[in-house]
Amino acid sequence: MEEIGNLFHGFAVVIQPFNLLVMLVGILLGVIIGVLPGLGGANGVAILLPLTFSMSPTSAIIMLSCIYWGALFGGAITSVLFNIPGEPWSVATTFDGHPMARQGRAGEALTAAFTSSFVGALFAVILITLLAPLVAKFALQFGPPEKFGVYFLAFCSFVGMSKEPAFKTVGSMMIGFALAAVGLDTVTGQLRLTFGFTELLNGFDFLIAVIGLFGIGEILLTIEEGLAFKGGSAGINPAVVFKTWRELPQYWLTSLRSCVIGCWMGISPAGATPASFMSYGIAKRVSRHGDRFGLGEIEGVVAPETAAHAAGTSALLPMLSLGVPGSPTAAVLLGGLLIWGLQPGPLLFVEQKEFVWGLIASMYLGNIVGLLVVLTCVPLFAAILRIPFSIIGPIILVFCAIGAYSVHNSTFDVVLMLVFGLVGYVLKKCNYPLAPLVLAIVLGDKAEEAFRQSLLSSQGSLGIFFSNGLIASIMALSFIALFWPMIQNAFVIFRRRPAL
Amino acid sequence: MPVKSQVERGPTQRSVEIGVAVCTAAFALIVLGGSIQVGVGWGAEGPKAGFFPFYVALLILASSIINLGGALSGPRSNRLFAEWGHLGQVISLLVPTAFYVALIPWIGIYVASAMLIAVFMKWLGDYGWGMVAAISIGVPLVTFVIFERWFLVPLPKGPIEEYLGF
Repeated sequence: MEEIGNLFHGFAVVIQPFNLLVMLVGILLGVIIGVLPGLGGANGVAILLPLTFSMSPTSAIIMLSCIYWGALFGGAITSVLFNIPGEPWSVATTFDGHPMARQGRAGEALTAAFTSSFVGALFAVILITLLAPLVAKFALQFGPPEKFGVYFLAFCSFVGMSKEPAFKTVGSMMIGFALAAVGLDTVTGQLRLTFGFTELLNGFDFLIAVIGLFGIGEILLTIEEGLAFKGGSAGINPAVVFKTWRELPQYWLTSLRSCVIGCWMGISPAGATPASFMSYGIAKRVSRHGDRFGLGEIEGVVAPETAAHAAGTSALLPMLSLGVPGSPTAAVLLGGLLIWGLQPGPLLFVEQKEFVWGLIASMYLGNIVGLLVVLTCVPLFAAILRIPFSIIGPIILVFCAIGAYSVHNSTFDVVLMLVFGLVGYVLKKCNYPLAPLVLAIVLGDKAEEAFRQSLLSSQGSLGIFFSNGLIASIMALSFIALFWPMIQNAFVIFRRRPAL
Repeated sequence: MPVKSQVERGPTQRSVEIGVAVCTAAFALIVLGGSIQVGVGWGAEGPKAGFFPFYVALLILASSIINLGGALSGPRSNRLFAEWGHLGQVISLLVPTAFYVALIPWIGIYVASAMLIAVFMKWLGDYGWGMVAAISIGVPLVTFVIFERWFLVPLPKGPIEEYLGF
């Protein structure tokens, strides 16, 4: 019951007026980021990270995580009203949300989306409260081989679970590892892969990569597709909200299922986007009204939104307890921890109790505040979307440039951001996933260090990764995750074969 | 996917995929070279600095070759990467942005941002000068207050800010 005490202590930290203000600002900024094209959770948090350098780590993480919640909420607004998913994870929300808006039921769809997001997040936060301390306690015994095993598992699940071709995932991930290796080698102190360029001495910062790949790349995609914003009005009032709330409890099973799918996909680094699609697909197959999905069924909004928010939130569980982020945004938050001088991983729960429990408490409160903010301010946010691209586009570019510059006060980073943007645009169009690339840049050094330390203690034998039960089972799990599509195929073929 | 007509032209998806695979392979070769420079074997303190990137580069090379094979052997579809017209849109955004990025070290981020916003609004949006001036000067001013005054994050400044005494 020590955790409950810690949690209440966390609440005491969060309800300090300054932290509450930071939370509200974070949510508002987050929703705006979620609504705007080209700015998403990951790069939005990356751009605003420099703003937190002068804050205490606890206030800083509250602000950044609230931006993330806000972005998760914001994605739904554009999906429902404009049929434009502000975020990849809200694509599935457009399927039924937008038809509802066209039938004049936008208020209902939005209320359902926001409420389901809230339910999904709440489920995930409760899971984090209960599980994270246990996982962290367990992980404290990990040595270098086990640490490498956890990283290996994260990256293998990426390859096995991504919908992109496996070798494109591997390629983009390994490019990330190579970029992470540039600069000073942390083990030997030697310079490598700099080819004499002094600009490369410090290596590539993943924040620049995030702002470029996701921010600039996304704007290029937006302008190529020639978006014209036109959409329904956002009629939302208390009567509609309460009417929808009375209707929602009958979908409790869909909700629960989506929560479980979301948490599972969020903890394994598959992420919010596949979670929302999977949840929508299963709900469509299982539901009694399955054939009406896509025509404006409220259940078709509940399923993807619950799963996306559950996944987005639970992605913070491995980040906090193991130091392995479950999503690009979690990776950016992890980068923030490093900048504020905190060491992510299991020790956080021992050494930085106030920080960890402040963050967890802020997840509860932030989502409640977020729900209230989006329910009351929808028309305001919808108005932002009506600003033409020729005005909002360059403003987003300016903010990306400011974000990239202020990470290291370097104008070279702004150039790099633009290069990353162009690369991101081409890679995305060619179906290369970008999330593994970013995660590999973040975790590259740590994974390499764990790998080399393990090899050092075993005198170069790979056998160390199978030397005890724990590490052997992590590795076995990794290989199952890596070859999951093949295992699945084999299983299907095996089942189809008539019994002899 | 819109219905194909004769008018739509542009680079095919296949050719771009081949180009990307060749580029990643070239990147892999650069990393291989760099790793071999610092040593990929076993040194006094265990694996040398190039050990890990060397195998990473081998994996990039292997997946590039497989992706290249996939693009070459796939069905010869005429699916376009993008139409020239759309690519023109992308370039019309990239060129001013490239100038913007190049100008930041010389004239500071505020003046450059004002110019970027003005160019976009005038060129792509065709707004009146009053509107253009209001937004292109207003946004950098607000940014200045938020970053330099509230959050104490210094951004690059040029001769104009210096003249004004910042």
